[in-house]
Amino acid sequence: MSAVVVDEAVAVDRPPLRTKRKRWTAYILPVFTGVMIFYLASPVFVMILFSFNKLVGQRQIAKFTCCTLTWWGELFAIPGLNQAMKTSILVAIPAAIIATALGTTIGLALGRYSFRGRGPTNFVIFLAIAVPEIVLASSLLSMFVLAKTPIGYGSILFSHIGFSIAFVAITVRARVQGLDRSLENAAQDLFATPFRAFMKVTLPLILPGIVAGFLLAFVLSLDDFVITNFVGGSVNTFPTWVFGASRIGVPPQVNVWGTILFVTGLTVAGANLIGSFRSSRKAADSG
Amino acid sequence: MANGERDLEATLAAAMATDREGGAPPKRADQFLARRQRRVAYGILGPGAIYLVIAFIVPLILVVYTSLQSGGLLSGGYSFTWAFDNYADAFSSSKTFFARSLLYSGLATLLAILLAFPMAYWIAFYAGKWKSTLFFLILVPFFVSFVIRTVQWNFILADDGLLFGPLKSIGLLPEDFRVLATPVAVVSGITYNFLPFTFLPLFVALDRIDKRLVEAAKDLYASRFQAFLKVVLPLSFPGLFAALILTFVPATGDYVNSTVLGSNRTTMIGQIIQTKFLRQADYPEAAALSVILMIGMLVIAVAYAKALGTEDSTLAAGAL
Repeated sequence: MSAVVVDEAVAVDRPPLRTKRKRWTAYILPVFTGVMIFYLASPVFVMILFSFNKLVGQRQIAKFTCCTLTWWGELFAIPGLNQAMKTSILVAIPAAIIATALGTTIGLALGRYSFRGRGPTNFVIFLAIAVPEIVLASSLLSMFVLAKTPIGYGSILFSHIGFSIAFVAITVRARVQGLDRSLENAAQDLFATPFRAFMKVTLPLILPGIVAGFLLAFVLSLDDFVITNFVGGSVNTFPTWVFGASRIGVPPQVNVWGTILFVTGLTVAGANLIGSFRSSRKAADSG
Repeated sequence: MANGERDLEATLAAAMATDREGGAPPKRADQFLARRQRRVAYGILGPGAIYLVIAFIVPLILVVYTSLQSGGLLSGGYSFTWAFDNYADAFSSSKTFFARSLLYSGLATLLAILLAFPMAYWIAFYAGKWKSTLFFLILVPFFVSFVIRTVQWNFILADDGLLFGPLKSIGLLPEDFRVLATPVAVVSGITYNFLPFTFLPLFVALDRIDKRLVEAAKDLYASRFQAFLKVVLPLSFPGLFAALILTFVPATGDYVNSTVLGSNRTTMIGQIIQTKFLRQADYPEAAALSVILMIGMLVIAVAYAKALGTEDSTLAAGAL
C-alpha cells in the first residue's frame, strides 16, 4: 500500500509533460526477484518432473527420460515407504492437535496477562526455537536413553508435540498481543460476561492465529527430519525414510508422494489465504 | 481433534469462570483483580509449561549429564563420573569438523543474506499489490520436505544431471567438471535450504519501515542510494541480525546437506554427532559435542535476545 505512495511521490517530482521512462536499472531488482523465485522453486519443478521419469531400474537417476505414469500407478509398491508415510501422518495429526491445545493456552497467557514467570516462559520458547535442532535431538535422545524409555512411535510423538508447542505459542501470542483489548471491554460494557466476551469477541479474533498455529505444527511435524532421525530408533517417518534411501538412490515413488504432499499443502495454504483475505476485506467493508 | 479442543475449552472456561468473579468492579478491586488474573494466567499456562519443561529443560540438563559419563557399552554401560575429559577428547578429535561447520554455515549465511536482502527490499518497497503473491511464491517451495528438496538438488547438481549434463554435452563445461560432492555443493545446499529463515525476518523488518521516511530523506535532497544507506539499511538492522541468527545457528548443526550433497571430505559436526549417537552409541562424547555446539550457539542467541528482546516480532516472524 505504502509502496504506491512512494511511486506517486516520485512521479510528482518529475516535470509532468515529459513522458515517464524508467531507467534500465529500475528493472534489476524485479528481474532478480523473478530469478530468485525460479531458483527457489527449481527443486520442486524437478521433483514433479521426475515423478514422470521413465527409468530402466527401480532407483532414481539424474537423467530424465520422458514420460511415464508408472510411478503414479505404483504409488504403494514399496512397503517401507507406505509404512513411513503412515507413521508420518499418525504422528503429525495428534502432535498438531495436542500442540495447538497446549500452545494456544501458553500464547494466551503470555499475550494477555502479566505474571511472575512470564520472562522465563518466553525464554524457554525462545530457547526451543534458537537451539540448533541437532542439540535438541541429542538432548531428547539422552533423556530417553537415561530413562530407558523404549524408542519409536511414542518418543517421536512426544518430541514433535514439544517443538510444535513453542511455535503455536508464538503464533497465538503475536495474535493476542495485536488484539484491541477495548473490544473485549466494550463487549463487557454491553453486559456480556467475560466468558461470553471471550467466546464472541476474543476467540473469533485470535482464531486465525490458532488455525495458523495448527497448520504450522502439522507441517513442522510432517517435515521434521533431525529430531525424528535421533529419537525414532528403527521407526521411520517419510523424511527419515527418504534420507535412508538417498544413500542408494531414492525410488521415483518418493517424487510422487512429494508432489502429492506439495499440492495438498498448496491447496490448504491457498484456501487459508483466500479465507483470511475475504475476512479481512469483510472486516474492512463493515469497518 | 475433539479431545484437544475439549481440553482447551475446559481450560478456558475454567479460566473465564475465575475471571468473571473478579471482573466486574474495575477500579476499587484492582489488586484483587490482578491476583485473580495471575491465577487465571497460571491456570491456563500450567499444562503447556509443564510439557515445555519436560520436553526442553529436562533433556538439555540430561544431555549435560550424559556428557559427563564414562565407561563403555561393553564394560557394563555408562555411569556418571564428572568425566570432563570427554570435552577435551571431543574437542580435540573434532575441531576440524567444528571449524568446517562454522566456515560452511558462515559462507552460506552470507550468501543467503546477499540473495535475500535485495529480494525482500524490492518486495517490501516496490511490489505494491503483488506483495502478498510474491511473498507466497517465495515460500511455496518450502512446502516440500527439507530432505526431498535436498535430494532434488542432488539430481540438479549431479555430474550428468539437469544443470551440468546439457552444458557438458554442448561443450561449455569440461567433462570432468563437478559440483556434487564438493564443498560448493554443500554450501549452496545450505544456502538454499535456510533461505526462508533469512528472507522472512528481513522482509518483516523492511516491510514495517515507514515508507514516508524514505520520501522525507528524498525531500531533504538525499539521492535514492543515500536514502537507502542512511534510512532503510539502519532501520533493517533488527531484521538483519535476526536473519543472521536464524540462518547461521541451524545451518551450523545441519547434517542433511553435507550427507546428501557432500563427500567424506565435507563432513560437518552434525554428521559426527549423529554417527556417534546413532551408530557408535558413544553417548558421552556425542553429548559433549552437542553441549559444545549448544553453548557456542546459545552465546550468539542470548546476545541477540539481550540486544533485542525475546519478544521481538522480527525473530518470531522469522522463526515461523
